Amino acid sequence: MSLEPQAGRTPAILKKSTWIDLGIRISAILMALLFTSLVLVVAKAQPLEAYKNILIGAFGTPIKITTVLASWVPLVIATSGLLFTFTAGLWNIGMEGQITFGAIFTIGAFRLLDHTSLAPNMVTILAILAGALGGILWALLPGLMKIFGGVNEIFGGLGLNFVAKTVAIWLIFGPWKRPGVASSSGTEWIDPKFRLPFIEGTNISLTTLIVAIILVIFVAVMLKGTHFGLKLKAIGKNDKAAYILGIPTTRYFLLAFGLCGLFAGITGAILVTSKQYSLIPDAGAGYGFLGLLVAMLVNYHPIWSPFIAFFFAALGIGNVELQYMGLNTYLSGVLQGFLVLFVLMADGVRKRLVKKH
Amino acid sequence: MKILSGFYQAESGEILLDDKAVKISSPEDAVELGIGMLHQDPLDFPPMKVIDNFLLGRPGGLFPNKKEVEKEIIRLSKEFDFQIKPDTFVETLTVGERQQLEILRLLWLGVKVLILDEPTTGISANQKEKLFTTLVKLASQGLTVIFVSHKLEEVEGLCNHVAVLRQGKLVGEVEPPYDTDRFVNMMFGKSIEVGSKTSSKQSVCSLKLENIGLEDYRLRMRDINLELNCGEVIGLAGMEGSGQRLFLRMLTGLMRPVNGKILIDGKDFAGKSYATFKKAGIAYLPAARLEEGLITGLTLTEHFILSEEHRELFVDQKSAMDLTEQRIREFYIKGTPVSRIEQLSGGNQQRALLALLRNKLSLILLEHPTRGLDIESAIWIWSKMKERCKEGTSIVFTSSDLDEIIQYSDRILVFFGGLVSKPIDANTTTVEELGQLIGGKGW
Repeated sequence: MSLEPQAGRTPAILKKSTWIDLGIRISAILMALLFTSLVLVVAKAQPLEAYKNILIGAFGTPIKITTVLASWVPLVIATSGLLFTFTAGLWNIGMEGQITFGAIFTIGAFRLLDHTSLAPNMVTILAILAGALGGILWALLPGLMKIFGGVNEIFGGLGLNFVAKTVAIWLIFGPWKRPGVASSSGTEWIDPKFRLPFIEGTNISLTTLIVAIILVIFVAVMLKGTHFGLKLKAIGKNDKAAYILGIPTTRYFLLAFGLCGLFAGITGAILVTSKQYSLIPDAGAGYGFLGLLVAMLVNYHPIWSPFIAFFFAALGIGNVELQYMGLNTYLSGVLQGFLVLFVLMADGVRKRLVKKH
Repeated sequence: MKILSGFYQAESGEILLDDKAVKISSPEDAVELGIGMLHQDPLDFPPMKVIDNFLLGRPGGLFPNKKEVEKEIIRLSKEFDFQIKPDTFVETLTVGERQQLEILRLLWLGVKVLILDEPTTGISANQKEKLFTTLVKLASQGLTVIFVSHKLEEVEGLCNHVAVLRQGKLVGEVEPPYDTDRFVNMMFGKSIEVGSKTSSKQSVCSLKLENIGLEDYRLRMRDINLELNCGEVIGLAGMEGSGQRLFLRMLTGLMRPVNGKILIDGKDFAGKSYATFKKAGIAYLPAARLEEGLITGLTLTEHFILSEEHRELFVDQKSAMDLTEQRIREFYIKGTPVSRIEQLSGGNQQRALLALLRNKLSLILLEHPTRGLDIESAIWIWSKMKERCKEGTSIVFTSSDLDEIIQYSDRILVFFGGLVSKPIDANTTTVEELGQLIGGKGW
């Protein structure tokens, strides 16, 4: 080997692989649509008709579009939070429970501050901050269990999801039960003056929309532009080498969990203040799990998360229309599931192809 | 040998076994054809018992006949005078014993060709002797043994036929009687000349070890004392796994001594964290480049950003690129700032690792700095290191290459089963003297 420096070039094969990459991803989406259509055919329904109905359900009227946006807000915030843990190589399956704890702390704050002399706006802000704190605390648990107890964060998170739900149910039927009779429909509703108001004639609160956009940008900048983001990425790729390079890995693991929990808590608080208005047993409303799917599809690229989240939110809302075709509204779940499976499979195929080169 | 044992597939050509062309597309195929491979790091299941390791590799059978297998293990073990018992857990065995276990297992599976990859690296002299006796016995029973090694002495003592490979090419085949010089010539293309030695040793003492004790699940080391001078190079010699790695990792703060003092500029660092050692100007370059040193998936530029300390929040891409380009030139790395680290060759990865070292360091710890590199890269790396020494940086390194240790060290410590020799002057010692100590003689 000669010791003369030779300015290396990016091999042509790399550029080719970007196209291969794109092609594989598109074919994954087509495969997901194909398989969902097969399911529809088995259910004796017209696939094209069903897709059309989903589109009508999501975008048929302006108000429907705002409903999609209202569902996009918690989903995109949850996804953005999960990008921190994903980048650090952590599987924060406990997201759903962290959202639940955000909701619990929010309601708890409202109960505490209900009769104070503070302005209602102030109370709402404090309640949302309390929700954020709840999410952070609950998210630090799987982190601490992983670091000090050697418990894989997937198992820790899974267990804590159950615990969070149980705590919510206990509060609903116990200490926080409605005056008179406890009901599984949730605790007493918060006073209308505390709720985040909708834009006139729509189903969406401007405040939550702005918060969501700010958080999406925050995550993109943090992960793509800062030393913090790069260190998190290094840990996610190889925590041993990152440690030897001088990155305090334990601290960054906890930071990733804490930040993800912050986002989960805000998600829970927004659900309480703009949608549920009370603590319900299913306080996370599935946004934690759906966020995991979106984050997987986005594949570490924060730029894509608002779009994929919007697509998923539209599927979820558009679905309702399927009832009128006599179909179950879980169809969007089928499509979402297939999408994730095929994209993950495509990723595996791509890696194999690249290896061969 | 990975092609023969089915781990990789050949892109062209064919394999003839007993004059028949065979297709080997997985390790399972290879074993079925009677080809078994003993890897450098044993491929076994440490948390399981010996008998389970035996049963795992065997095809078929929902309910294996444990009794019969147990008898077989004991019989085979006796035949070769090994001390392997069916119900011990693999993790309690030494590397040498795990090798023996793999050999027994492969024989039991009925292999007729046994491939061994550098089998003598992690084992004691006794175990090596036993291994060689076994191999000779197997060969006399009609098995084919393919023995991969870079240790000439072993090859000369053991093999009936030698094939020399250099950089992916078959350079030549040799029959006994062997001529060592000829081997060296074939392996390196020219005989190595030991360049003139310059020592940058200065008298100021920067690091002092007092009665250090180290322990892990295998080794117990006691009362290690050393005074390291600025600009000095200390080579750690010994068979792999004799305590050098513990010693090196103790100096980085990754391994805490059970007792004793690590004095750096008069302050005791024993029990302090890796980060504290790093702050004191101690850098560690691990042998496992892609596992511990570099981060697969990140670009060269990203590595350089990570290696420097930054107080600001945002990454300054421009200056990072500039720094990377400058280092690429300075260290002759064949790659671009945006090349991902795994796209570089091994030698270039090693140079990148060196380029990541910060400017002012008091001590650099190197683990097998030139392993797997060609001779020119190795010389280049050492010239870079010697420049550091002139600035007063001390170097401690391990190597399994004695010539490298004698050539580049000022003083040498020999490790044997957890024992550490007194520092030996590299200018006056010989390969024979070190070799004896490494083999456990003269302690």
